[in-house]
Amino acid sequence: MQKDNAMSTSVDVQQAVEHFLYKQAEILDERAWDSWLELFTKDGKYWMPTHPEQITGEGLPNIFYEDLYLMDMRIRRVEHPYAHSQKAGHRTSHVVSNIIIKSESKATGDIVCTSRFQMVEYRLEAQRYFAGKYTHTLKKTDDSYRILLQRVDIVNVEGPFDYVMQVWL
Amino acid sequence: MPYDQEQDLSNLVEDDRVHKACYADEQVYEQELKNIFYKSWIYIGHVSQVPNAGDYWTTWIGKERMIFCRDDNGEVHVLYNRCPHHGALICNNHTGNSGNKHAFRCPYHAWQFNMDGSLRNLPMKDGYEGIIDLKDPQLQMKRAERQGNYRGFVFASLSEEGPDLETWLGAGGKSAFDDICNRSPEGECEIVANCFRIIQHSNWKTFLENQLDAVHPSITHHSTGDAASQMQKIYKEETGDEPPMGYQFLADFALPYEVWDSLDTIGHPYGHTQLAGYMGLRPRDPVTMAHEEALTAAYGEDRMEEILSTNIHHVLVYPCLSVQPPLQQLRAVRPLAANKTLTEIWHFKLKGAPEGVYDRSLAYYYLVNSPSTMVNADDLNNFRAVQDGLSLRGGGDWVSLHRNAGQDTVKDGVTTSVTGMSEQPMRNMFAAWKEYMRGGA
Repeated sequence: MQKDNAMSTSVDVQQAVEHFLYKQAEILDERAWDSWLELFTKDGKYWMPTHPEQITGEGLPNIFYEDLYLMDMRIRRVEHPYAHSQKAGHRTSHVVSNIIIKSESKATGDIVCTSRFQMVEYRLEAQRYFAGKYTHTLKKTDDSYRILLQRVDIVNVEGPFDYVMQVWL
Repeated sequence: MPYDQEQDLSNLVEDDRVHKACYADEQVYEQELKNIFYKSWIYIGHVSQVPNAGDYWTTWIGKERMIFCRDDNGEVHVLYNRCPHHGALICNNHTGNSGNKHAFRCPYHAWQFNMDGSLRNLPMKDGYEGIIDLKDPQLQMKRAERQGNYRGFVFASLSEEGPDLETWLGAGGKSAFDDICNRSPEGECEIVANCFRIIQHSNWKTFLENQLDAVHPSITHHSTGDAASQMQKIYKEETGDEPPMGYQFLADFALPYEVWDSLDTIGHPYGHTQLAGYMGLRPRDPVTMAHEEALTAAYGEDRMEEILSTNIHHVLVYPCLSVQPPLQQLRAVRPLAANKTLTEIWHFKLKGAPEGVYDRSLAYYYLVNSPSTMVNADDLNNFRAVQDGLSLRGGGDWVSLHRNAGQDTVKDGVTTSVTGMSEQPMRNMFAAWKEYMRGGA
């Protein structure tokens, strides 16, 4: 991908990317799973590495590393009537900000951007907090973008984790 | 019978039931630390975790905080994480290297220690002249009372006395490490840093019991087993290819009772317990064939057969480890309170084995043991529910371990269950518990 000066990105592109990330956060919080899968390209991946310096998810331990099939399985599992740990009343609220476009391909319109997120999760009468950095690699489509790779670096990456994460952050 | 603190704690355990205080009472937990965790051998780490001089990891034995490290001579050590001067923790990170000098330096007054705990240097030395010899053991970082290594797996005991490591492991405990290492053409495994750490809001015994509870998977993990089976079909339809093995790992969690029924559970002395394998980890795929070839080249065909037909799914090394040898992973159990347990989850590569063998281990590590696990999520929820229920004052005092009680075969101190779904593993662990709590084992 061609690396361009971020300053040359137009206000329209900045807004379109911001809108896309806000929409993704909203889909997660609304648990609109069909729309979630549509955010990704066919070969798209959601990746949460085990440390900040990790450069690939292939062949290494990861906290999340999922293609559309694994994501589809996760949805089927959390929505399954016998998923007793995932009973109703499990809610999240995401805020995404600090959206910086790192590169924009003049040829294809593809984008690499970073952003910061904070998420509060409510489950079993208790709240948990997560925060970190998203790095999205976005393919330009006719009317919006699709995610080729979403990298999620959480600040508490080493753990220990109190309980586990059942849906994407 | 209500729990009475004055009674002999071993009375809390009967042949087919145990008192809820075993899980939920802080005083029982404190007594467990003294009688079990500060007495028996506890797993510390694998030698490959600290490959270089100065490398260290911190961990726990009960509430004691320990350092696992390597010195300039290549020796590994287990030290108490405490400065002998004013008592500060020396290593405040989970892992690291002690720097160019390969010496720990206390952040409070800069006392410096070699990796074997001996005092290397300190400021204001003059102030000690004629008062205390700087070689005095009370000015050194204290070492674990005993240290042992079985095939690269390092254990420590905080008691001067007791059986040596190999006697204590016995055939049951050793099988965990033999089965991992033998699967390597070089007879050795290598740890893949880093570990996943998960806090469980439950007693340490609940986790160990669950590992060999063959009734729970198809109930607790029904949702994940179903979802995985559905995806196997969809994957095949859409791609025309066989789905990756990971989907089968998860689908297996919803196996019918008959399959679990046919498995053996075997109880060994000191509470070590095995569950036979069920996962069919020897398909006729290129990875398995390449693995067979590598082992045949190293050991000959007969030995290769013997190694790969070893059929163990799970070994519990009581009270500190759950090992899954063919999947090359282990979970170390760190009891932090009666109702709080830390697990450290590690996985291994087999030295000299084809890369695809590791990919299987990695898939299991991700799907079952990572912080995004779709399997343990439901276990952890059960563990919390059990702990909360057992902490209630009313509603009954006992936990039932009656299933197939009295039907086990006992020979030379080894107990074999009549069915894989017997509660024999729990009874075996509690027999050891009772012995420890009486002051024995």
